Amino acid sequence: MNVLTFVDAFFSDSAHWHGYDGIPQRLLEHVQYTLLALALAAAIGLPAGLLTGHTGRGGNAIAFIATAARALPSFGLLVLIVVTLGFGLLPVMIPLVVLAVPPILVTTYEAVRSVDPAPVDAARGMGMHESRILFQVELPVALPLILSGLRSAAIQIVSTATIAAYVSLGGLGRYIVDGLYQRDYEKVVGGATLVALLALATIAVFWAAGRLAVSPGVRRHRT
Amino acid sequence: MIRIDSVTKRYPDGTVAVDRLSLEIPDRSITVLVGPSGCGKTTTLRMINRMVEPTEGTILLDGQDIQRRPVTALRRSMGYVIQNAGLFQHRTIVDNIATVPRMLGWGKQKSRARAAELMERVGLDSALAKRYPYQLSGGQQQRVGVARALAADPPVLLMDEPFSAVDPVVRKGLQDELLRLQDELGKTIVFVTHDIDEAIKLGTTVAVLREGGRLAQYAPPAELLSAPADGFVEDFLGADRGIRRLSFFSSAALELTVDPVITADADAGRIAASGTPHLLVTDADGRPLGWAERREAAAGPVDTERLLPHGRPFVPGTDSLRAALDCAVLSPTGWAVAVDGTGRVTGVVSQATIAEAIRTAHTQSRAEAARQAGETGEPRDADAADRADKAEVAP
Repeated sequence: MNVLTFVDAFFSDSAHWHGYDGIPQRLLEHVQYTLLALALAAAIGLPAGLLTGHTGRGGNAIAFIATAARALPSFGLLVLIVVTLGFGLLPVMIPLVVLAVPPILVTTYEAVRSVDPAPVDAARGMGMHESRILFQVELPVALPLILSGLRSAAIQIVSTATIAAYVSLGGLGRYIVDGLYQRDYEKVVGGATLVALLALATIAVFWAAGRLAVSPGVRRHRT
Repeated sequence: MIRIDSVTKRYPDGTVAVDRLSLEIPDRSITVLVGPSGCGKTTTLRMINRMVEPTEGTILLDGQDIQRRPVTALRRSMGYVIQNAGLFQHRTIVDNIATVPRMLGWGKQKSRARAAELMERVGLDSALAKRYPYQLSGGQQQRVGVARALAADPPVLLMDEPFSAVDPVVRKGLQDELLRLQDELGKTIVFVTHDIDEAIKLGTTVAVLREGGRLAQYAPPAELLSAPADGFVEDFLGADRGIRRLSFFSSAALELTVDPVITADADAGRIAASGTPHLLVTDADGRPLGWAERREAAAGPVDTERLLPHGRPFVPGTDSLRAALDCAVLSPTGWAVAVDGTGRVTGVVSQATIAEAIRTAHTQSRAEAARQAGETGEPRDADAADRADKAEVAP
């Protein structure tokens, strides 16, 4: 019995493709958790990173927040929140967002900081407003790095969102948690494979986003 | 006119970048701020568009305190060119140039049309319009930087060491281009450089600053070279300022002689008639071929294969006395060859004659300076005539 046999057995079992515990349903749930957590983390991390990166102030605070947040164990945080707040989507979102904010915040800050100061000086000297400098001069050049921060946050969320199953929610974690409980290793391996595939798909999505959103002038410049 | 009135810039740590500097920058001329690093030249420039705010003193633009204008409006009325151009790498060349018109709300079509017009004006091939900055050479990028600054046709152009990062050959091309553009456009240009040769070549008036941000001398280049205010300015000008000053004297008045000029098929009588030891041999069209020894030439037909090289000729009137002297010094015979615009020999001139012309020019320039000082009670101002002189007599 090797892993591939498990994988083959899991995916060829037609029961795994239908109903509320079917692969499409669990995949959809997992993607929803991921998107929601990523959106929340981006809503916090991107503005904070852009603003601190543009002004150059608050770099120390960011380093502190990032280190502190990285030191928090996601699973421990989940248990703690469930104990205090009870079950639901919110207790799952908090650890995921806490996990995803630091890579977004830190890379966004670094990305804006590392933009060549000459074009920024030129833009300011020609009378461009600060907001316009940030969004039209710094952001397009910082975009590849910012996307890489979002990408690593997304991958971490995809793999960590499995903990949602521990608090009775769905997602691909269901297969892993249930499989371990039922000693159904076919299910465990199948669930883990799906998570890995979803992580790979996430990388592909960000690669495509980079091709679409990053100016050819910046893309070629960086290589 | 930009009037800098006893402006001081002191940083919170006590460093004084600019110390009670007063300057009057005349319209439609190139004013160069030059000095060693740490002399506050860039700080001074950046105070004009309020990228740096002065600690004390005022700067007036056309009589109005620049503090009273909204900072973005002020900056949009001044083109700004920096070292390495500072182009937006995510935008195409045409969109880089169209930046300020777009900010001013000109609309895409009109802005792009204006950008295309400027590309032509600064000598950029229209095929580059859709390229990105990384695809251009340093010199081309700097041309884009100048075009971008000119896009909304601002009356003032601030240039902060714009040509410092390109190699000398490209730099010379950009300098010539700027002078040509200035003849067409007549902007009020403030130009910062650490290169005194660049300052002398481009400046209508040159402000030499010393460390600590104090003004050492403010004068037209020719005056700077002939009468440096003190030891600092003299040192900064370098050892060969006497030679460089010749750039400002025209070679038009040089007395040329055609005595030693012969064509390749000249007869012996014509050769014997000339009194010089060397003869300049030309082809049938009058273009110089080289120098021949008179004794050899007299002995028979001139062997054009065995001539001494004639060196680079000069064009009287277009070139300066410096160029003429250079030709004479480099010539193996000590004679400079003068040609017309089409390259035909108009005569030759000896080192001795050039030396005589230099003495005359110096005497005239001293008399002129004395006459002007007598009229106005102060050293002569930069004026349009001076600008025209310089355009004609390129160093």
